[in-house]
Amino acid sequence: MKKPGCLALLATLFLFPAAAQAAPEKETQLIEKGRYLAAASDCAACHTHDSRHPYAGGNPFLLPIGTLYAPNITPDRKAGIGDYTEADFSNALRRGIGKGGKPLYPAMPFPSYARMSDADIHALWAYFHNDVAPDPASVPANKIPWPLSMRWPMTLWRIAFAPTPAEARKSAERHFPSQETARGAYLVEGPGHCGACHTPRAITFQEKALSSDGNDLYLSGGAAVDGWTPVNLRQDNRTGLGRWREEDIVAFLETGRNLHGSAFGGMTDAIVHGTQHLTDQDLRAIAHYLKTSLPARKGEAPWTYDPAVAKALQQGTLPDKGARLYVDRCAACHRTDGHGYAPAFPPLAGNPVVMNPDPGSLILIVLRGSTLPPTEQAPSPFTMPGFASLMSDRDVAEVVTFIRRSWGNNARVVTQDDVRTFRKHNGQWIDDKPPSPMNRASSPRENAP
Amino acid sequence: MSRKRTDVVIIGAGWAGSILAKEMREAGRSVIMLERGPERRTAVEGSYPGSIDELRGAIRHRLFQNPAKTTVTIRNTMNQTALPYRQLAAFLPGEGVGGAGLHWSGVHFRAAPDDLRLRSHVIERYGKKFIPEDMNLQDYDVTYDELEPFFDKAEKVFGTSGEAYKIDGKIVGNGNVFAPSRSDAFPLPPMQDVHTAALFRKAAAEAGYHPYSMPAANASKPYLNSYGLQMGPCNFCGYCSGYDCFMYSKASPNINILPALRSDPGFTLISNAHVLRVNLDAERSRATGVTYLDQKADREMTIEAELVIIAAFQFHNVHLMLLSGIGKPYDPVSNTGVVGRNFVYQTLTTSHAWMGRNDYTNQFVGAGGAGVAIDDFNSDNFDHGPLGFIGGSPVWVNQAGIKPIAAAMSGGGKSSPRWGKGFKEALVDTYRHSFAIDAHGSNMAYRDVYLDLDPTWKDSYGQPLLRMTFTWKDNDIRMNQYVVGKIEPIMKALGARHYELGRLEYGEPFDTRRYQTTHLGGGAVMGADPRTSALNRYLQSWDVSNVFVIGSNAFPQGMGYNPTGTVAALAYWAAHHIRTRYLMHPGPLVHRA
Repeated sequence: MKKPGCLALLATLFLFPAAAQAAPEKETQLIEKGRYLAAASDCAACHTHDSRHPYAGGNPFLLPIGTLYAPNITPDRKAGIGDYTEADFSNALRRGIGKGGKPLYPAMPFPSYARMSDADIHALWAYFHNDVAPDPASVPANKIPWPLSMRWPMTLWRIAFAPTPAEARKSAERHFPSQETARGAYLVEGPGHCGACHTPRAITFQEKALSSDGNDLYLSGGAAVDGWTPVNLRQDNRTGLGRWREEDIVAFLETGRNLHGSAFGGMTDAIVHGTQHLTDQDLRAIAHYLKTSLPARKGEAPWTYDPAVAKALQQGTLPDKGARLYVDRCAACHRTDGHGYAPAFPPLAGNPVVMNPDPGSLILIVLRGSTLPPTEQAPSPFTMPGFASLMSDRDVAEVVTFIRRSWGNNARVVTQDDVRTFRKHNGQWIDDKPPSPMNRASSPRENAP
Repeated sequence: MSRKRTDVVIIGAGWAGSILAKEMREAGRSVIMLERGPERRTAVEGSYPGSIDELRGAIRHRLFQNPAKTTVTIRNTMNQTALPYRQLAAFLPGEGVGGAGLHWSGVHFRAAPDDLRLRSHVIERYGKKFIPEDMNLQDYDVTYDELEPFFDKAEKVFGTSGEAYKIDGKIVGNGNVFAPSRSDAFPLPPMQDVHTAALFRKAAAEAGYHPYSMPAANASKPYLNSYGLQMGPCNFCGYCSGYDCFMYSKASPNINILPALRSDPGFTLISNAHVLRVNLDAERSRATGVTYLDQKADREMTIEAELVIIAAFQFHNVHLMLLSGIGKPYDPVSNTGVVGRNFVYQTLTTSHAWMGRNDYTNQFVGAGGAGVAIDDFNSDNFDHGPLGFIGGSPVWVNQAGIKPIAAAMSGGGKSSPRWGKGFKEALVDTYRHSFAIDAHGSNMAYRDVYLDLDPTWKDSYGQPLLRMTFTWKDNDIRMNQYVVGKIEPIMKALGARHYELGRLEYGEPFDTRRYQTTHLGGGAVMGADPRTSALNRYLQSWDVSNVFVIGSNAFPQGMGYNPTGTVAALAYWAAHHIRTRYLMHPGPLVHRA
């Protein structure tokens, strides 16, 4: 056993001297802790493509440079990481260096995991090494053409942009107003790697901030992933989580839905595999921490509900084609007043997704539809149907603009050209039907008909 | 042949099967549920706007049984030769996960106390001679008070909307004055009245009757049920009966129970599994499991189980009992045997009112379970003594939304032209300004109305079809005509410009070509006497004690109310006794006298 593990073990012995005598129980506890951290780190979102083969990899990442496949991380010696030592494991997680020094693509969020404690890495190691079943399933080879397939530039990238574990830990040691905030920050910035999607990236692909320590860009909304635009998680009143209470955030992470909105896109996986399994205490810590952030956009006027459009629609006045389409296609669930019937059907009035400067998610939901994931505490899977085959680019632009500018919402107009361009670049996501919600396995994806 | 083992095998993935599956999982038993039809996920096939396609839905029977594979044969009287029911019309059994519970409309009643002990009640009030000679009038051998906790439990799963009249004996609201006391309020407030229901409410009150909001398993508000499952609120779109509900607001097993089971590793749902028979041991006193046809692989499979729950549609339950040899088949000639006995239906007739030409009745809106009813002529809420019949009908406006094809097919009134300009004018006038009032009545059981295996016709699996011998009897026609007569004062109070009363006529046989209702009942009824009932009061087979048969097959008479609420309560009642008694000590829960 290499050094970090020994340190962790010593630390554990020091903290829990009584537990040292009950070795099997301690081992079980360690494995359970690892299982919990694997959920908190959402490893399965990428590394479990098929729920019958947990952690056997295979999830494709369609990137501009080609297709990457998430590797098998079961302890199978050939297909997985069975020949990794704990030090190899730690290096891969926190430094982005695979066994034998091969640099990992930063699709693996090692710049975030760098912040994880030795004890947590040790627990994860114990879980993956001792509890996850070895699976011999091999993953397709990455489809990235030479010269982009060369790995050595990744090393330069890492040196330039990724923090070392020591640097990351320093950020963790900064001052927090409370223990709870510190725990929330650890979970969000470390294992949760929320910033990987929700923080904007520079042209060289590194996240513009890895913690709330640096600047107001952290979690201020990221670039599209699989066609979906991750929202701003900061305290912006209109486009962030400014009007969400802590209990709203907790409910969202537990059940994928709350009175303000419903999960879609990649967040579905993050909730199904990850956050629904966290303790209430940890979810509250995350919520508490998120509420400490400042808005990313200064001077965003607070959203207030404007009843004018609802009144007009209820009187049968349809100001434009967007309104007409809305009444035909959307109002049954989202209502003419835009309040929806949360948590069954999310509100559009005041919804930060709707007011996102980037209308991508809204366009994609209208075209493709979306499935609300069944979770343990909220097993009802609801689906919004897709309208791609029923609505022209112009229709979509009209209805999306109507939604973005009604009930006090004030996001910019979406044009027919915007939708056309979006459709051109996101065909694969539009055609990718929402998963069939059967909640047999942890992920609804494998049940697609 | 492939074999599997489980604690409990359940046949049918409708309400009864899903309730039993949930209860058996709560009791820690492994469950395999077999469904003959395909998987049905409301969130996929039921999503808007694809699901509200009338041609594909109600007309081409998207959610109904495919009679090309198996059906029933029908005849009116014992001296006729029965023929197969090849095109669904009079009744519409469901197929696929959710069963008829997916395509039902959502009217959610509790059985009236008198109806559950109708024979005893009639004898007490009118004397034994009041019962016609060939009528098999029977008690359920379970009382309203015994079922009350299970009615309540079911309503909290279904998210039922309604208004109570009495709770714990105290009058609490504007509900049905004839309804028995409840232990709790409805989980949701009543559905709003559509325009025609409001007209009926006012006119019925003016006529001296007691209108109330029908209890509807259509959610009047978003609802989180007792299993933590979410319903959306009903928006009166009018696509309930015959459709899966895209708003998730009409209760169905698919929305209200199955999502709580699907992630449970102890629960397995196998669709496209057509059960061929329940297997019995050599003494035919114990079931060993079931054999089904895996319709996708075209392969016979056997499941071994400790407990077999037959929970398919009413007549499939009877069919399966006959095919498997569970209980003695009924013979109307010798008047012996029980399986097939007391086959019952309901008497449904519709009257129409045409309002003024400025009064738009908006028949396109509606909710399948909602409406306004009167119970003044239902059950034994009125004196039958001078009337000479047994039974009754609630009368209601249950506007479920008339879709365009249905409107066109029903045309104008009885006297309107059948084609040409006059037809079109009458059609438009009828659609815009008329509405329907139903008498949804009881149907008693008779010695020569029954179910048995057809001697001639076989299904596509090579098994004999079930034969229905059914027609209307004078008692029920008399009842229907009496109740329909009581609609006339309502028509007058409505100020209808024109009205037509629909009623059964003496000598008119049961007509399979016209939709009436899917509320078939009996054939394997519950009761206290094994000579007249196939099941004991816990819906357990008298003859094979590890077989329970759940459904409206247990009803000894067809009641005026829609059956689903009572089926659900009986399912929870049976499950309760299986959980608290049977599983500890398997064997008969009632010993033969």
